[in-house]
Amino acid sequence: MSDFVNSFWSIYVTVISLVSILACGLLLWQQSSHKHSPGKTTGHVWDENLEEFSNPLPNWWRWLFYLTVIYALIYLAMFPGLGSFKGAFGWSSVGQYDAEQKLAETNYGPIFEKYRSQDIKTVAASSEGREMGQRLYMTYCSQCHGSDARGAKGFPNLTDKDWLWGGTSEKIKETLTNGRDAMMPAKGLKPDLTPEQIVDLATYVRSLSGLSKDDGRAAKGKELFAVACAACHGPEAKGVTGVAPNLTDSHWLYGSSEPDIVETITRGRVNRMPAFGEFLGEAKVHLLTAYVVSLGGSEPDPAAAPTANGAPPAPTEAAGK
Amino acid sequence: MQSQATYNYKVIRQFTVMTVVWGIVGMLVGVIIAAQLVWPELNLGEYLSYGRLRPLHTNAVIFAFGGCSLFATSYYCVQRTCHTPLFAPGLAAFTFWGWQVVILLAAITLPMGMTQGKEYAELEWPIDLLITVVWVSYAVVFFGTIVKRKTPHIYVANWFFGGFILTVAVLHLVNSAAVPVLSSPIWKSYSAYAGVQDAMVQWWYGHNAVGFFLTAGFLGMMYYFVPKQAERPVYSYRLSVVHFWALIFTYMWAGPHHLHYTALPDWTQSLGMVFSLILLAPSWGGMINGVMTLSGAWHKLRDDPVLKFMITSLSFYGMSTFEGPMMSIKTVNALSHYTDWTVGHVHSGALGWVAMIAIGCTYYMLPRLYGKAEMFSVRLINIHFWMATLGVVLYIASMWIAGVMQGLMWRATNPDGTLTYAFVDSVKATYPYYTVRLLGGFLFLSGMFLMAYNSFKTIVGGRAYDAPVLAPSGAGLSPLAAAH
Repeated sequence: MSDFVNSFWSIYVTVISLVSILACGLLLWQQSSHKHSPGKTTGHVWDENLEEFSNPLPNWWRWLFYLTVIYALIYLAMFPGLGSFKGAFGWSSVGQYDAEQKLAETNYGPIFEKYRSQDIKTVAASSEGREMGQRLYMTYCSQCHGSDARGAKGFPNLTDKDWLWGGTSEKIKETLTNGRDAMMPAKGLKPDLTPEQIVDLATYVRSLSGLSKDDGRAAKGKELFAVACAACHGPEAKGVTGVAPNLTDSHWLYGSSEPDIVETITRGRVNRMPAFGEFLGEAKVHLLTAYVVSLGGSEPDPAAAPTANGAPPAPTEAAGK
Repeated sequence: MQSQATYNYKVIRQFTVMTVVWGIVGMLVGVIIAAQLVWPELNLGEYLSYGRLRPLHTNAVIFAFGGCSLFATSYYCVQRTCHTPLFAPGLAAFTFWGWQVVILLAAITLPMGMTQGKEYAELEWPIDLLITVVWVSYAVVFFGTIVKRKTPHIYVANWFFGGFILTVAVLHLVNSAAVPVLSSPIWKSYSAYAGVQDAMVQWWYGHNAVGFFLTAGFLGMMYYFVPKQAERPVYSYRLSVVHFWALIFTYMWAGPHHLHYTALPDWTQSLGMVFSLILLAPSWGGMINGVMTLSGAWHKLRDDPVLKFMITSLSFYGMSTFEGPMMSIKTVNALSHYTDWTVGHVHSGALGWVAMIAIGCTYYMLPRLYGKAEMFSVRLINIHFWMATLGVVLYIASMWIAGVMQGLMWRATNPDGTLTYAFVDSVKATYPYYTVRLLGGFLFLSGMFLMAYNSFKTIVGGRAYDAPVLAPSGAGLSPLAAAH
């Protein structure tokens, strides 16, 4: 790919660049040839006593200047800098990047590849595999999920047993590979909810985990819930993995206070876990999955998928908040 | 020898006082954001958050403090070396009030988050238009004065001031070109350039803002006030010719070194690098000419703190202009870029060179503008000098260490190729250096308060004085002058 639409512009910029560099040297050479009277002034006086000595250019300075001009010309003969001329070394930043990538692949590829053939549990159990996973985690995941993987507002905790998209190693790997997009629509299925009704809803939702006791408002909220929210969160608000979080447990991604929940209902929530599959390659995603599993919150592999009607699958605390 | 007319000192007095005021404001905001990096809890709400205050700091120190100082010194120098009062005094007064309005608008809009998002060119289009009007007026006053000069030759300081005024006009017009949204909000606009071209135009501007606003303009100050304070002729006329033309020509090419290893084409990066290296000698030309002007008068440094400010500023100038070309080398840049080394480099230039020469020139002018022989207290100038010097040294040393450490931490890898340190590890490791930097900045700011007190006492103890215009002979001072 050329940076120039046609060869004219390449020649144009080359000529201007070379003339400019040579002009620096020429200015210096031409000015050095003047006669000087060291220790004497030029004879011009401004503002009572401002004068200038007619001293010549310091020699060391002159040679420093020449040297940089010569260096510039040599550099531009070796490296790309004059239009589309590639330079004697044939270097390019893209080429350097590709070469370093390739070298890294050769050097480190096998180290990661070794783990790819092992199943997640084995990797999670080996201290070396876990440590490699942790180093990858600290580089790529800790910015959002935290150094301790306990998450933050809007970023799920990875150490608990609450999994919005499924907690089996297979599901975790799927999440890492393809990413996830989540969207809670504002006001659910009832866009005409009034601010008063939203507070009723929030009161009801909070009452499900014992955070609120206002039975009058909660009862009104319960009726609204059936219309606006139950389609996704289920009639008992216990959520559906991969669809909507359980609202009856103690996990809250965006906070459990009334204002927080009012905000969630009023404005909705949009969130995204980026996809790492293509970026990191399967081997590294495999190690990262093992690290997340090693944190202790994951579900046993042959877990029964939660049923569509939201019936609680016995030992698992299904998708949360 | 003296005519009845006097030089126009009023506008200089106004700009000089505001130099001190804006210096304190700008540096105070700097100290606040430095403290926010040590104690993030100090981000008190949207308007006082780091992201809003940082552009306020840069704009205040560069354009308010530096700008007022440039207006003041250039007006002082151009009248006295042209032996004539300022051309268009009404327009000169307008440049003062217009520039203050620009600064006030910046101080209001930046914390509100109104920004074009271009570093050092954040102000939105209505303010950009006002800047243009003020700047054209400035050019008319300055070059008008040059045109009606009473001397056959133009003094070297005026070449630098003139180059600075012309180039900043071009830089401002090109980089600020934007398309206003013209709906709600009315002040919003988008850059006229897109993608990597926008980045290139921005850093062509950004680097030349340093090169012309903060270097050529301040070299103009140096060429007038250093020989005046030292009472010695400039070291070499020839050197000033060569380094002036080489400097203003070469700076224009150096911008791409801000965009090494980005989407900018390789050839552009290479040109930016080699011209940055060629820039070393032209930059040093100014330092040599300033420092060597003292040869034969070194003893004056012992008891003249104003001269100390000026000569120390030249040392920092030489140091930063060596560091700059070095950091523009691609392989060095790979380590230094995006680290606090850059911040240290900028401040060795901004505090060490720009602020210290501006402070020195202010101490030179202020008593003369108020009919006094010297400042209220020379001892306080001396204390200010040592506070400022120690402040700069603490600042840049801590940022050098922090920057190199960050660069090394970011590139360290484990035997399996994974990164040894998470980004947050480097942030944690930087904490102590942020504290030292805060201390350095605080010292520098405290020195400015001393200066404000000293200036206040000088002004109160004197009265506004306009010196009479001198006839341009200098007879008796130079035996060769008669030949002209």
